[in-house]
Amino acid sequence: MKARVHVMLKNGVLDPQGEAVRHALGAMGFDKVEGVRQGKVIDLELAEGATESDVAEMCEKLLANTVIERYEIEML
Amino acid sequence: MRAAVVVFPGSNCDRDLAVAFEQAGFQVEMVWHKDAALPKGVDIVGVPGGFSYGDYLRCGAIAAQSPICKAVVEHTEKGGYAIGICNGFQILTETGILPGALLRNANLKYICRTVGLKVETADSAFTEGYEAGSVIQIPIAHHDGNYFADDETLAALRDQDRIAFTYTENPNGSRGDIAGILSANRRVLGMMPHPERAADAGHGGTDGAALFRALAGVLTPA
Repeated sequence: MKARVHVMLKNGVLDPQGEAVRHALGAMGFDKVEGVRQGKVIDLELAEGATESDVAEMCEKLLANTVIERYEIEML
Repeated sequence: MRAAVVVFPGSNCDRDLAVAFEQAGFQVEMVWHKDAALPKGVDIVGVPGGFSYGDYLRCGAIAAQSPICKAVVEHTEKGGYAIGICNGFQILTETGILPGALLRNANLKYICRTVGLKVETADSAFTEGYEAGSVIQIPIAHHDGNYFADDETLAALRDQDRIAFTYTENPNGSRGDIAGILSANRRVLGMMPHPERAADAGHGGTDGAALFRALAGVLTPA
């Protein structure tokens, strides 16, 4: 059993890394990129019986800092 | 008076912080991250700079879940004093002891130099050795020191006079030029600059020493 957690900076929180990637893409000639936000993907291998609410608790307590980040959970 | 300095795998300012406490007259005990309790009778806990747990996941995130941090949270909930410097500040925000978070520097660079700090309040055990409004010179050394808090939190910090230090020239994009903040009871200070690196004539500056001297004065039993 697997879960995939997507962690992204909240809208309104400056993402200087995403901004640097946007600049680089622009410099390379990709002129249709209007914004880049960078986040992370965390794959969890779970024991039988683990639930989405277990994963949500993990996100709240450790995997995301909800002051600056939001998360989405995919149960796979 | 007694200070405990927490040591995580990857801490690298722990000994500097211990020396700064000692020079101000504290008896210092180093506490390992796996310890579940602080030494009894400790007056203040120092959470030092460095790269605890390799900064994996987020700076301070793993450290905040360590056994010793649970003890630090309990210590502060009981009204105990604590100071978190640099990575220590990041750890204190991750534990929720202090509000906000530290993001990657706006210019994406690791910045290591001495900066001007304006003392925003002298109303704390940490800052009463300074004159409010004065500017001191303290080194910074960080990649993730860009203080972020939402508008409501920033307003509360301002209204309650909990901004301890601001940068005279914002090096990292911090909201409100914030370099250090106090807890609601004013007994916990988190700051990105390193006062322990400006606490001895050999450091090239001694503006940080007054912070440790002031603490020693407040925490000395009458």
